Amino acid sequence: MQAKGAFPPPGERLFVILGAYGTGKTEFSVNLALALAAQGRKTALADLDLVNPYFRSREKATELESRGVELIAPTGALRHADLPSIPPRLPALVNGPDLAGVIDAGGDPAGSRVLASFAPDLRRRKSRVWYVLNRSRPENADAERALASLRAVEAACGLEVNGLVSNTHLIGATTAQTVREGAAFADLVSQKSGLPVACYAAARSLAGELWDLEPLFPLDLYMKRPWE
Amino acid sequence: MPKELWKGNEAIAEAAIRAGCRAYFGYPITPQNEIPEYMSRRMPEAGGVFVQAESEIAAINMVYGASAAGTLAMTSSSSPGISLKQEGISYLVGAELPAVILNMMRGGPGLGTIQPGQADYFQATRAPGHGDGRMVVLAPAGIQEAVDLMQDSFDLADRYRNPVMMLADGMIGQMMEPIEWKETEPRPPVEKPWAADGRDGDGKTHFVTSLRLQSEKNERFVQSLFEKYAAIERDEVRYEAVGCENADLLIAAFGTTARIALSAARRLEKEGVRAGLFRPITLWPFPSRALRELAGQKSVKAVMTVEMSMGQMVQDVRLALEGMKPVTFYGRTGGMVPEPAHIAEAAKKTLSEVK
Repeated sequence: MQAKGAFPPPGERLFVILGAYGTGKTEFSVNLALALAAQGRKTALADLDLVNPYFRSREKATELESRGVELIAPTGALRHADLPSIPPRLPALVNGPDLAGVIDAGGDPAGSRVLASFAPDLRRRKSRVWYVLNRSRPENADAERALASLRAVEAACGLEVNGLVSNTHLIGATTAQTVREGAAFADLVSQKSGLPVACYAAARSLAGELWDLEPLFPLDLYMKRPWE
Repeated sequence: MPKELWKGNEAIAEAAIRAGCRAYFGYPITPQNEIPEYMSRRMPEAGGVFVQAESEIAAINMVYGASAAGTLAMTSSSSPGISLKQEGISYLVGAELPAVILNMMRGGPGLGTIQPGQADYFQATRAPGHGDGRMVVLAPAGIQEAVDLMQDSFDLADRYRNPVMMLADGMIGQMMEPIEWKETEPRPPVEKPWAADGRDGDGKTHFVTSLRLQSEKNERFVQSLFEKYAAIERDEVRYEAVGCENADLLIAAFGTTARIALSAARRLEKEGVRAGLFRPITLWPFPSRALRELAGQKSVKAVMTVEMSMGQMVQDVRLALEGMKPVTFYGRTGGMVPEPAHIAEAAKKTLSEVK
């Protein structure tokens, strides 16, 4: 089951990005927020990762802000902490209606639990709740385990997932074949769950070889390690 | 086996279990919390024991107890927590008990920051705790290497009846990398006739202690420890050298800093500067002889050390070279990470000063 048409889907205001640890939620969220801003919308990205101390979207504050994306994240010294603090601007994004954007949640049930307090509002605002799938992660070894992880995340945050993001990669060792196998895996999870695949994400350098995946969302890689 | 994407902390915990570790005791601290979390879930499945201790001090003493009973045991923490464990580590040394201690270093001193650091080098390599003693210190630069070294850590601990430390910076714990789980032959069980695991067989009570009230006996014991350490210094040195042949400059760095330094070396190459990377994998025993040989090449003008500290390993580099070549230092500290461009700049400055 695939969603057809333009990507990101026009008319959608708010995207909640969930997933297991290390699936690439943050890279996807940063790219999605920049794509929304590029459509000329007033856009924000909320970094709600309360469980990881490193590699969070808040590290990309300068790049995001220079390209018209407001970063909603803990400020001051708290920016460098791993404390369960909720940024005061978050309700503005949740409730809109003028602000579009992306909520980048932490990984696993532990990281997504914080969303539960906003779940009623997020449901009322008909947000897109997407679950990022990376086949290369051990918890996604098969479709059953991937779905069990998805259900555990849903239960923790009180939101129902309404789309899958196929985002299989092996960081620097990713090939078009890696992405294709991941896409087939996402299709299988989609079939078993009835959830549509919202998009197939892949590094822009591989996009030329993957033109047949629809819709394809080419990613520019921002979340690099210091030696990359 | 196909490659899988693992987070460092989780991979290290899984590797410990696959290496035969059946007892984990720990107390949470960022940036290594995924280790106790993973162990709490996986260790019972593997038939082992997980205890979240009431403190780091309790955890290291539980390691002592489990190890004394003959079980492969480990603990993990990050910088401030390791300071708390030092008394127990000294007891492990004094009782000749195998154990693995993981330090996922953050920026200090004190509570400091939760960002990565390497400033516990002195603490790990100079004195695991009070008294004369050493421990093997292994420094992985990536997740695959951390996984592979976990097996070696337990092997070395058992072989030498001594604690082994894996010294990693927070980045290793927090980043994701593709890894391959290698199928390894199950190791033959190590005989531990000294273990306090009952009086079966020899009918004697086994005492595992570091208390030796007679000074003459204690001196003889410490001397025997140092015979063991001499064997480790002879047989267990490990390092990696990349592009060091005929290099103008050697860059010495360990852990993830070595990967950043390698990026810097590649930049320098484009500018016509040949910089080689010398990466100690064992920080103790330090690969002094290998470094001395490489630095002794006619082409090498200087050795620059790069660390996430104000300069600690640089002392071992100086001791190894005994003034043979100029030694300089570049570092970031307190949770800040060096950038390839700045390392390259510092390298050019070093070369301009020695030419």
